[in-house]
Amino acid sequence: MSIYLTEVRKAFGPKEVLKGFSMSIEDGETAAIVGPSGIGKSVLLKHVVGLLRPDAGSVVVDGVSVPELDRKGLHRLRRRIGYVFQFAALFDSMSIAENVGMGLRRIPGWDRRRIEDRVEDCLSLVELAGMGDRYPAELSGGQRKRAGLARAIAPEPKFLLYDEPTTGLDPVTTSAIDRLILRMRDELGVTGLVVTHDMTSAFRVADRITLLHDGRARFSGTPAEVKAASDPVLKGFVEGDPDLYYRDGWRREGMHAGGQDHGA
Amino acid sequence: MTNWLLGAFAFVGNRTVSGLQGMGRAWGLFLGATASIRNVDVWLPHLLPQMARVGVASVPIALFIATFTGIVMSLQASYTLTGAIPVYFVGTLVGKTMILELGPVLTALTLAGRVGANISAELGTMRVTEQVDALETLAYDPLAYLVVPRVFAAVFMFPIVVLLAIGIGIASGWFTALQLLDMSSPEFVKGLRLFFEPWDVWFAVIKSVSFGAVVTGVGCYFGLQTERGAEGVGRSATRTVVVASMLILCLDAFWATVLL
Ligand SMILES: Nc1ncnc2c1ncn2[C@@H]1O[C@H](COP(=O)(O)OP(=O)(O)OP(=O)(O)O)[C@@H](O)[C@H]1O
Ligand SMILES: [Mg+2]
Repeated sequence: MSIYLTEVRKAFGPKEVLKGFSMSIEDGETAAIVGPSGIGKSVLLKHVVGLLRPDAGSVVVDGVSVPELDRKGLHRLRRRIGYVFQFAALFDSMSIAENVGMGLRRIPGWDRRRIEDRVEDCLSLVELAGMGDRYPAELSGGQRKRAGLARAIAPEPKFLLYDEPTTGLDPVTTSAIDRLILRMRDELGVTGLVVTHDMTSAFRVADRITLLHDGRARFSGTPAEVKAASDPVLKGFVEGDPDLYYRDGWRREGMHAGGQDHGA
Repeated sequence: MTNWLLGAFAFVGNRTVSGLQGMGRAWGLFLGATASIRNVDVWLPHLLPQMARVGVASVPIALFIATFTGIVMSLQASYTLTGAIPVYFVGTLVGKTMILELGPVLTALTLAGRVGANISAELGTMRVTEQVDALETLAYDPLAYLVVPRVFAAVFMFPIVVLLAIGIGIASGWFTALQLLDMSSPEFVKGLRLFFEPWDVWFAVIKSVSFGAVVTGVGCYFGLQTERGAEGVGRSATRTVVVASMLILCLDAFWATVLL
């Protein structure tokens, strides 16, 4: 129940996003990947569930090589993985409760009653109790995000991949979500991978923090090690100091300046 | 001069390559969707709602078009058939053309806009908002969940809508003949039955089934291919209507050569 990424490369056309990224997450550990907008964090996360295939390198989850899986094998693996999308990706033709129940309906032997109970439980966990009848369009951005989180945790996956679970949430809700992430690890033994650019969150939830920089893992260590590190790029990012972060001028050569979202 | 020539060659070459790639992807979608028919538990619950959306909701527009087609056919037939040709040939012309050609093809072209563009925009929006990816991560096969129920619904419902359209078209042509052309009902019916073959109806049904598969298949293909936000969704919808309409007309000619 571990995740190993080795020398993962991925390019979109001429644009190299990942240039040999390696990291490993051991069983029951929660790791954070941090880095500025547009650096390739979401792209990286999608490799772990097989939504994207690496051009080179290996992605091994729970002992199986993800890029080599066929459709059936992927589905079997994905039943053990919960994925929290950056922009929630809720099904907008369904109510929130139906959204959260989607993964549960695939589990053999679960009847309506059991699914409904579990959906209610998960909605309370993300502080959306009683909102199950609403539709995604009727929720705020933060509520949608939490509904996406509820949908991912509902089937009690062994792995949870969180793509910026707290971005755009207020500090109080952020702490609540961080606490939920820790609870998943401590009570259910979930192996977690949190993508974020919120360092406060990263320090709170992660056993290990990896900085994604220029397509590679620039630094990887415990929160204490991150705080103590002297690497200017890491320091620049943690302290939010662009002069330090961009000091070696890598961005001027390769990637274009300024991150870009793929449309919310 | 040579530059211009090279440019032209490159353009044609690129277009050919991307056209072939598109055909390859379409073939891939076809194979994938065929394979995912196995996942009955995934698509079956969506079949009825899709049949309502694809079929029932399309009835009004199809009947509207058929009504006016019947009227025009009747008037133009009587205008064309003068001199020695007996007036009951109006019934023959209206019946034959509605059943063989206008019922299936006009309905299908209309539904290429109504159903095809709708499917393409819906799936395109799901693609760009990562809802298709979300289905995958929840271990649903998007082809079984999205494509199969839509194509099956159309394959069942297009013939029904077309048969209704044919019926209404003939009825409105008949009514026009009585009211505006001084024909009697026995005369019109005589013409209607003159060259009628039951096979004609099967011909219309076979055509409609293929049109239904084409309209929804093309809609799903372009929908799932969508990239780059709202603009991409619009582009996919347009492409769907254009390509589906062209394929309908090609298939129409194909069936006429093969089956008649
Ligand atoms: N499907 C795609 N096709 C082409 N380019 C892509 C695609 N997906 C991502 N990219 C590019 O890869 C780069 C990394 O994107 P990614 O979404 O992983 O960034 P991110 O680190 O998650 O940023 P953010 O923090 O803003 O979410 C971006 O420059 C993006 O334009
Ligand atoms: Mg991202």
